[in-house]
Amino acid sequence: MQILRILCLRLATTLVTLAGVAVIVFFVIRVVPGNPIAMMLPPGATEADIARLSALYGLDKPMVTQFGIWIAGVVQGDFGTSITTRQPVLDLVLGRLPATLELSIMALVMAVLLGGLSALIGTRGRGGRTEGAIDVVNGMALSVPDFLWGLVLMLVFGVLFPVFHISGRVTPSLDLPFVTDFYLFESLLRLRFDLWADLVAHMFMPALALALPLAAIIGQLLKQSLKETMNLDYVTLARTKGYGETHVIMREALRNAVLPTLTLVGVQFTFLIGGTVIIERLFSYEGLGNMAIDAVINRDLPLIQGIVILFAVIFIAVNLIVDLLYAVLNPRLRHA
Amino acid sequence: MLDGRSMIRRRAGLRLWLSAGWLGALGAAALLAPWIAPHDPLAQDLFLGRMPPFWVAGAEPGYWLGTDSLGRDVLSRILYGARVALLVALAAGGISCLVGATLGLLAGFLRGWFDMIISRLIDIWMAFPPVLFAILLIAVLGPGLVSIIIAVVVIDWTRFARVVRSEAMLQGVMDYVASARVAGAGRIGTMIREVLPNVLPTIVVLLTLEMGIAVIVEAILSFVNLSISTDDPTWGGMIAEGRTSIHQAWWVLVFPLIALFLTVLAFSQLGEGLKDRFDPVLR
Repeated sequence: MQILRILCLRLATTLVTLAGVAVIVFFVIRVVPGNPIAMMLPPGATEADIARLSALYGLDKPMVTQFGIWIAGVVQGDFGTSITTRQPVLDLVLGRLPATLELSIMALVMAVLLGGLSALIGTRGRGGRTEGAIDVVNGMALSVPDFLWGLVLMLVFGVLFPVFHISGRVTPSLDLPFVTDFYLFESLLRLRFDLWADLVAHMFMPALALALPLAAIIGQLLKQSLKETMNLDYVTLARTKGYGETHVIMREALRNAVLPTLTLVGVQFTFLIGGTVIIERLFSYEGLGNMAIDAVINRDLPLIQGIVILFAVIFIAVNLIVDLLYAVLNPRLRHA
Repeated sequence: MLDGRSMIRRRAGLRLWLSAGWLGALGAAALLAPWIAPHDPLAQDLFLGRMPPFWVAGAEPGYWLGTDSLGRDVLSRILYGARVALLVALAAGGISCLVGATLGLLAGFLRGWFDMIISRLIDIWMAFPPVLFAILLIAVLGPGLVSIIIAVVVIDWTRFARVVRSEAMLQGVMDYVASARVAGAGRIGTMIREVLPNVLPTIVVLLTLEMGIAVIVEAILSFVNLSISTDDPTWGGMIAEGRTSIHQAWWVLVFPLIALFLTVLAFSQLGEGLKDRFDPVLR
């Protein structure tokens, strides 16, 4: 019952947050100077042409009415029509979402692997030079944001040692047999490892750039809680049974040390997803973020609204999932 | 051999000095840019386009770090770009600190309806991707230095508000606050005289970190070509230009990138160093 009440409360606050995001983005972008309709029409268009097209997109009505129409549509899953491409916003956004999701999840996996590995090595060599070195590397990775790591990686692996592609999602000349937009996932299912390798060669640098700061956070926090767990009685008991250090860390300590890290990873993962906006731009990766920047430059109001709302939904969903996972994994909450 | 703890302390001291040293030197270079820059940062000379830095064959004497595709001196542009970067760091960092810390302090100490509003706002802000939010705001405000500063403040006040709020909440229930109130001090007076000094170290650390973030935001905005006017040299603008000629003229990208990298690293290491020095909370 307790959990059910908390869940209802969470859903209610979530709705308030989403409504707030919707209101802010709707009214903020309507202050943007530059008439999107005038930008769509050829230079010789008359005032009457502009007025007619504005009416078509509903941009001639008062702002509050526009907001009402838009929200009523959004609730029914209709996000309006993009002004530049004249396609439904929902189709455009859902078409790009898989690319961004694949990039974010690949980055998350990289961050967990790198961070977890550095925490394990650091815990094994705690108090010595190994731990000191790991602290320095983590400190560096944490101090510099994804945008700069992206540029550094681009120079190293794109120019100095050109092993990865520096732009795009996939080599354009390749023939793609995919029916979904989850290219990376589908190439594995179809056992097309040639395409999979090409996709990874494009995603590697943007994903690593996004992963590095998060890897450092995971590494630091997990090492901290592992070190604390290693001093507990039950771990000492496991040690007296004659198990080696690696076994004790992996089998005994890790399970208890992982909880605090998990909560933090949730919040940080939303930061990572937010980072895809500029990283996609930097690597010309055809995802949501890249489309968002184009939408702002082209003053495509319905598209901007749709993308921002989608990002907000993703952020909130990630936080909810983490909370639920925490409740499932934490025995104290499970039996409450 | 040193034991772990004293090694960490020595390293912390070293990074404080190194970061402060780089930022000091950069500040001096930015102030003195008109006198020490070897060339006019805007002067174009198409006959001198894409000259490599001085140690590479084919370099033009006097252009130490080479020239970009329009023949503008990279070193001079970096020096002038430092002015923009540091100005944004100080102004945007300072104002977001003032706004965010004030709101956070009031929310955390006074609680009640004010705290409810601030917490809801923070939740809403956290649901926006910050880079997209910044780009949107610049599209609204129009390009320019003031717009960038406003955008950073609007987006990042929550960084201060969030931490200061929870810190003020912790301090608010402590005995020393209660005894100040019993001694007859007013609520706001207690907040300023008793709670604020205890939260101040946290605020200073956050401010240092925020300055580094502001520098990055400026660079990102000029990278997507939405920063100040395209003529004025900015590191982000130089990086954007260098990105397009990355295979022909790497130096146009590399040198401003090094300047940006070291500056962001210095602000953040300074913040971390200060944290280790005097802030038991954030540590």
